[in-house]
Amino acid sequence: MNAPNPPLRVLIVDDEAPARHRLRDVLADCADELAVNVVGEADNGLDALNQAQQKTVDAVLLDIRMPGMDGLECAAHLNRLAAPPAIIFSTAYDAYACQAFDLNAVDYLLKPVRADRLLRALSRAHSLSTRVLDRLRDAHPKARSHLSVNEKGRVVLIPVADILYLKAEFKYVTVRTAAREFLIEESLVRLENEFGERFLRVHRNCLVATARIREIGKLPGDEDGHFLRLDGLDEHLVVSRRQYSTLREKLVKHKQ
Amino acid sequence: MKRRNHNNRQVELPNFCHLGANLRIALTVEAALAAGVAARVADVPAFWAEFVALSALAQPALLLTLLALCAAGRWLRGLPYRMGVGATLLLGMAVPVLAMLWLSPLLAGSQPVPVAGVAAFALLLGAGLLAYFNLRARALSPAITEARLQALQARIRPHFLFNSLNAVLSLVRSDPRRAEHALENMADLFRALMGNASQLAPLEDEIALTRAYLELEQLRLGDRLQVVWHIHKMPADALIPPLVVQPLVENAVYHGIEPLAGGGEISLNIYRSADKVHIVVRNPIAADVGRHKGNRIALANIRERLLLHFDLDAQLKLEPLGAVYQVHIVIPYTRERTQPAPARPHRR
Repeated sequence: MNAPNPPLRVLIVDDEAPARHRLRDVLADCADELAVNVVGEADNGLDALNQAQQKTVDAVLLDIRMPGMDGLECAAHLNRLAAPPAIIFSTAYDAYACQAFDLNAVDYLLKPVRADRLLRALSRAHSLSTRVLDRLRDAHPKARSHLSVNEKGRVVLIPVADILYLKAEFKYVTVRTAAREFLIEESLVRLENEFGERFLRVHRNCLVATARIREIGKLPGDEDGHFLRLDGLDEHLVVSRRQYSTLREKLVKHKQ
Repeated sequence: MKRRNHNNRQVELPNFCHLGANLRIALTVEAALAAGVAARVADVPAFWAEFVALSALAQPALLLTLLALCAAGRWLRGLPYRMGVGATLLLGMAVPVLAMLWLSPLLAGSQPVPVAGVAAFALLLGAGLLAYFNLRARALSPAITEARLQALQARIRPHFLFNSLNAVLSLVRSDPRRAEHALENMADLFRALMGNASQLAPLEDEIALTRAYLELEQLRLGDRLQVVWHIHKMPADALIPPLVVQPLVENAVYHGIEPLAGGGEISLNIYRSADKVHIVVRNPIAADVGRHKGNRIALANIRERLLLHFDLDAQLKLEPLGAVYQVHIVIPYTRERTQPAPARPHRR
């Protein structure tokens, strides 16, 4: 045998226990060809992200369809780590995702997984660019459950349900929750497309959480100027003239 | 096998006990009356007055006729088709005439009943309706109906198939016996999926199939899947179209359990009330909007099959009840006529 490489540290992520068990079996079968050390198993995306922050992980075998945070979203958050692990998606059947993987030359495994396919995927595993991950998510449009930022080397998750408003400033978007604010590098238009059901555009540069609007008022000394305030926040947000009428319409619908 | 065959049948007389047939007949009779009245009178008020008066006479006669046809239905359909048509027409002529003779003296301002007119009207309508039912039966001929049923039935979620195979593979080394049992369940499921879609099957077979399916899902989902059965009042011998309960439960798992990290509970409630079988499946509602489309396809599929089998006598209702989603199916209660049932192969 050649000089042994250090074993590949792999994290297995699947919501179904038998599927994780099976991957372990197949990895054990491959031990002669590729030294692998399974450093953990997770049954959901949040736990996977947690484990990936606590241990050094070279590659993640990541199921796409999981309750809560799905595999594609989890991959996007994993990618914010200082040293993003290689990602290999797995799925039992997902025509759209597989098409997107093929188009973007992303390695993926079809369950039941065969040993030779798994070996090939692991031996050329690499981390994915944000651009590719964005494209994969476009092919599989489902709103994320969390946004994420990297702060001092750690990935911080922001539950979308906690967000009060999103405001574009230069090339960043400010994400405001009741507790604090974050800066993320995403486009407001993309965010609006993804979370259109939850947020309303009140200004060219601002989306607010519809369910958290507390009051709309007139700006003093301005005929058509309006502002609004959100639950748990003292800040006045300016409502643009263009958005005011659509805002009123949608709010009436929302209340119904 | 205890099955009712719909195959290779000749065109039959309609079942006069079925709501669908009765509705069509009643509407046609009323339309014919309206047309007859409209041809005779000039203005709208006169039309309504005469139409109502005539309907008051015609409706009881129609009702009695339908009752007589329903009662004689089994005998009529036992006759060769041509003789059956003759007998049906005779009955459909005689009952209204007798009813008119009996009823008209009871009504004020009675005129002598134009017996010949009533008989001719009934005969013409009867012939027209039977021709219509004959055409309709041909349009829904067994071959076409069966092809449609087969196409509607032979659907399984690839997602389920591959995930189940994966789960079985994971058991092969550690627990071969459970793996064997799981493969047996898969075999049962696929036999049913590829089976004859036009044959009604006993409800207990469908329940055995649903249990086999749920065992497979349990393998994958473990404690996340809780199932509660309320079937102690179930009419086990009721005949239902195959693969009605199992896909409902599959839907419930796919939309109600899988998207929930903590899992949830599915309940099945099957009971008989008078001449109807009720099948109620409930699952938690998961806030996962992305999957609703597939849901409607599966339910539309079941709805269409119920329509092909039972016409208007079966219903499928969707009822969101707060945090729970409920599908409620009502099917006419029918049983195999031949008794006793031959022994069936053992099913777990």
